[in-house]
Amino acid sequence: MLFIFKKMGKYKGQVTYSLVMKALGTGADLLLPFILAYMLDELLLEVSVGDYWLLIYTGLLMLGIAFLGWVFNILANRSAEKVSSLTVRDVRSELFYKTETLNAEQVDQITTSSLISRLTSDTYNIFQMVGSLQRLGIRAPMLLVGGIIMAAFLDPVLTLVMVAMLPFMTIIVYQYSKRGQPLYKDIQKQVDEIIRVLRENITGVRVVRALSMTDYEQQRFDIENKKAVDKELTATITMNKIRPFISLIMNIGLIVVLIFGAYRVANGYTKVGQILALITYFTLILNSTASLTRIFIRMSRAGASAGRIVEVLKLETTIVDGDKPLEINPSLPHLEFDNVTFSYHGKESHLENISFKLSRGQTLGIIGATGSGKTTIINLIMRFYDPQQGTIKVFGEDIKTLKRDELRRHIGLVLQNDSVFSDTIHENISFSRPHVDLNQVKLAKEIAQADFIDQMPEQYDHEIAQRGTNISGGQRQRLLIARAVASNPELLILDDASSALDYQTDKNLRFAIAKHLKNTTKIIVAQRISSIKDADLILVIDNGRIINQGTHDELAKSSEIYQILVKHQLGEGLA
Amino acid sequence: MNRRRGRNDGSDVAKNRTQTLKRLWYYLSYYKGRLILGIVLTILSNTLSLIGPYLTGQMINEMAVVNEGLDIDFHTIFILGGLMISFYLISAIMNYILSIALVKMSQSVVYKLRSDLFNKMTTVKVNYFDTNQTGDIISRMSYDIDTIAGSLSSDALSLITSTITLVVSFVMMIIVSPLLLLIFFITIPLSFLMTSLLSRIIKKKLRIRNRSLGELNGYTEEMISAQKTIQSYVQEEAIYEKYQSLNEDTAKKSYEAGYYLTTTGPSIMFINNFGTALVGTAGAVLALFGRILIGDLSAFMLYSKRFSGPINHVSNLIADIQSALAAAERVFYVLDQEDETKDIEDAKDFGIRQGAVKVDNISFRYVPETPVLENVSFNVKPGQTVAIVGETGAGKTTLVNLLMRFYDIDKGQILIDNTNIEHYNRRYYRKAFSMVLQDTWIFKGTVLENIKYGNGDVSFEEVVEAAKKARIHHYISHLPDGYDTMLSDEGVNISKGQKQLIVIARAMLSKSQLLILDEATSNVDTYTEVNIQEAMLNLMENKTSFVIAHRLSTIRNADIILFVDKGNIIEQGTHDNLMAKKGHYHDLFMSQFA
Repeated sequence: MLFIFKKMGKYKGQVTYSLVMKALGTGADLLLPFILAYMLDELLLEVSVGDYWLLIYTGLLMLGIAFLGWVFNILANRSAEKVSSLTVRDVRSELFYKTETLNAEQVDQITTSSLISRLTSDTYNIFQMVGSLQRLGIRAPMLLVGGIIMAAFLDPVLTLVMVAMLPFMTIIVYQYSKRGQPLYKDIQKQVDEIIRVLRENITGVRVVRALSMTDYEQQRFDIENKKAVDKELTATITMNKIRPFISLIMNIGLIVVLIFGAYRVANGYTKVGQILALITYFTLILNSTASLTRIFIRMSRAGASAGRIVEVLKLETTIVDGDKPLEINPSLPHLEFDNVTFSYHGKESHLENISFKLSRGQTLGIIGATGSGKTTIINLIMRFYDPQQGTIKVFGEDIKTLKRDELRRHIGLVLQNDSVFSDTIHENISFSRPHVDLNQVKLAKEIAQADFIDQMPEQYDHEIAQRGTNISGGQRQRLLIARAVASNPELLILDDASSALDYQTDKNLRFAIAKHLKNTTKIIVAQRISSIKDADLILVIDNGRIINQGTHDELAKSSEIYQILVKHQLGEGLA
Repeated sequence: MNRRRGRNDGSDVAKNRTQTLKRLWYYLSYYKGRLILGIVLTILSNTLSLIGPYLTGQMINEMAVVNEGLDIDFHTIFILGGLMISFYLISAIMNYILSIALVKMSQSVVYKLRSDLFNKMTTVKVNYFDTNQTGDIISRMSYDIDTIAGSLSSDALSLITSTITLVVSFVMMIIVSPLLLLIFFITIPLSFLMTSLLSRIIKKKLRIRNRSLGELNGYTEEMISAQKTIQSYVQEEAIYEKYQSLNEDTAKKSYEAGYYLTTTGPSIMFINNFGTALVGTAGAVLALFGRILIGDLSAFMLYSKRFSGPINHVSNLIADIQSALAAAERVFYVLDQEDETKDIEDAKDFGIRQGAVKVDNISFRYVPETPVLENVSFNVKPGQTVAIVGETGAGKTTLVNLLMRFYDIDKGQILIDNTNIEHYNRRYYRKAFSMVLQDTWIFKGTVLENIKYGNGDVSFEEVVEAAKKARIHHYISHLPDGYDTMLSDEGVNISKGQKQLIVIARAMLSKSQLLILDEATSNVDTYTEVNIQEAMLNLMENKTSFVIAHRLSTIRNADIILFVDKGNIIEQGTHDNLMAKKGHYHDLFMSQFA
């Protein structure tokens, strides 16, 4: 909650403005019945027929006040809307930025679905609260305070009796809000689950349909849906106890006041008429406490959402950025792994004692079984994770001392499950990098063998659908490769990036890369021997260890596994 | 990425409000019982709310005896006090029950809406997902439905009670003074005018806001999913900037909608205040001239006050209801999307035994201008293996899409076991296939569940057997919880190749007659591929198989090789035939040794 107030604090002026306006508007609303009562109860009885204009003037006064009330309220509401849309905009921005910069480990932990739901659903909860807090949050306290003051003028003793109930009320509201927050948090967690199943079904739509698993998926969703409803009910059943509870307490207060009042009347301390007037004010107080509790319930829901947002914002990166600017020294090894050991969860190691050295412009091929640790090597070069032991040097410098962003700017990467964006082909290749101009995009297309672009109706302006569903797997891969080579990077990393390409295209691609990216150090993770056989160094990885290394020819002689691969892939008698 | 695709979410289509209301009512009417209970409870508690003040009045009367010089009878006071406490207790309990009943009702509607929306996702045409952003669908599922729920649980019944109060006060006003009522009514056209004017603007603004919010969420979902890529290219700032501009735009649209939305309340209140002032003044003047009785005037004003209570309430509700209706429109819009073509009336759910496939002169295009497949024909005998080769984008995957009936064929037909595939019940038909695709799909669930997926009841032993054949058993048994380890498409440290092996194990369990392997082993390392070779051959045995692969070693043993180029089959035959022909296939095959 504090978080939301802090965020609103940026618009202090605007908030003050809306509160003042709302106070004025409420004042006008409250004044009207008084004037009307005055006109009917007193003025009407006193004026003579000739003075009817007095009544008309009073009527005009009422109209004027009604009009002012109208204006004030509208101004207040609009200002409140402004504050809430700006506040939620700020919250979204901050959260989005934070999310974009979270490291891989943190994303794994929170899960993508949950991050999405925090950015969409939770921020929306806050939006609603901030608006209604300003719109309703002023009227109730005003009525409460106003009612108490008016009542105190009439009979301070009886008012004190009534006011004595307020601490009880506060305690109850506080207790319940405390209980409510975790319940509302549960609801939001369940929203994560709903979003997760939904996303799974959207990405896997073809598989689900192909296996005719529609019913099963519906059931799977149904479970989450039911849970969501149950959680909502649990929260409501708990939180809705507050209102009757509080109105009961306040009404008991009223009864105590009445009985106590009867004594005072009997003893001549006060008059019946005053008690009557008091009751009107007490009803006012009662009603305003009811609206106050409603606001508190809303606040605890928003508070739960705020908590989830703060949880993300508070995450501190575990990858400490270095501050050394990058200097490319061609004489030093471009990339060097020195006895690197790494584990994702700190238990079994996923990489063990990995060492190798590459000079500028050289090509490294990595081959090995699925899950053997090939991608992990890439993750470490990208600094998605840091190794527990050993050092990685890029351009002769320990990777940890380098500015991470600068390091990454010099790398062109295609991930195994890389994303294309729902945007034009041009934008997908240039990827908003200012230094990548049209010529480079065109060259990248050529290197990546992405000739299909020329056949597209709108060529570079052709729009790619989300997840690239409107192009084939091979086209997607070439687009990704084009993106990676477009900036003429110092390091090019292709993690199984050409698996959907036919051999001819794959070959052309390799030649083009060798021709155009002479000074680029290339790291190619592949399943196909042909993709890596020209590499300067090939690592055969198994179970996180380098079991053999060398050139194609060396490995073809010395490595048993490599021999099997060659035999299988290139066919007998041809290898 | 400044040019966002125009997303068709129906925002511009003129929508019939009553239609939306009717459909919402349809959902509500499902839970008529709860609704009626709610109404009864509301009326009861409203009636009860009159007793409290009545008892208070009695107490005051009891005190008023002092004015006549008598002593207050404290016995009666205490009795009245006791009565009041018990009454307030009952009322509190009832209010509590009422609020629960309301939430139960609204949650039932939410439940049903969510189910329907989700179920729609499982029946809508596959290409719906090509043009609609996941994030936007998510936002419909989450807060659009929540908005409807919020409105239903509080507004629907408030509206009913307010209406009741309005009608009652209205009747009382007629009885007391028709003349004053006439004056009061001057304001009614005014409020109609004002509300209809405002609601027209609001409707439009809310649509714009929701669309922009949906777009923002679409962007959010896409960018969060691509977070790793963005980081690799150090594009956080650029993406953030674009997000900012979308966010800014949404904030603006949201403010614009709110600007008018929150005008409604004060405006209705103003008109009502205006009416009260008018009637009060006119009444006072009339009373002054002796045209009406002062007593009647007071009574009338009292009722008109009663009248304005619910009006104020309703005026606040209107904004909520408007938002709910706009949200409902967005949900219903999705529900109205076209489903996959319905099965024909007497669709067969039997008859696929052997898996003889005849593709008869089919043509297909995704968009009208660009033909993807043109006059393709071929014949496959039961149990044969068909390899489809050709450049990427030549139409191979399209062939699979058509075989799986993800899309309808434009021209020509496909026959399986001599029956046009469109004459089979889709569900039955698809069950006859098993497939392993390039894009592996794992859902959040245990390894066991993921392997069993789509295969009905299979024993644990069978699963292990399949996993062993797929060479993934070793990996699984080294996972922390073995077959009970939770997998997820996001996060978790499992490679694409391992996922593919799990999917292959899944296919191994299937007893289907036809098999589709679309780059089934593209992510599996060769070493493992060698090892699962035999299993893959087993898998294909006795099944009519369609194989799309680049590794020609997989292809050379196929019974029929189709070479697809630009939507046409340009070569067809066995490996040896085609090699002898020295055509395209020959060139392709030789290229792998280059």
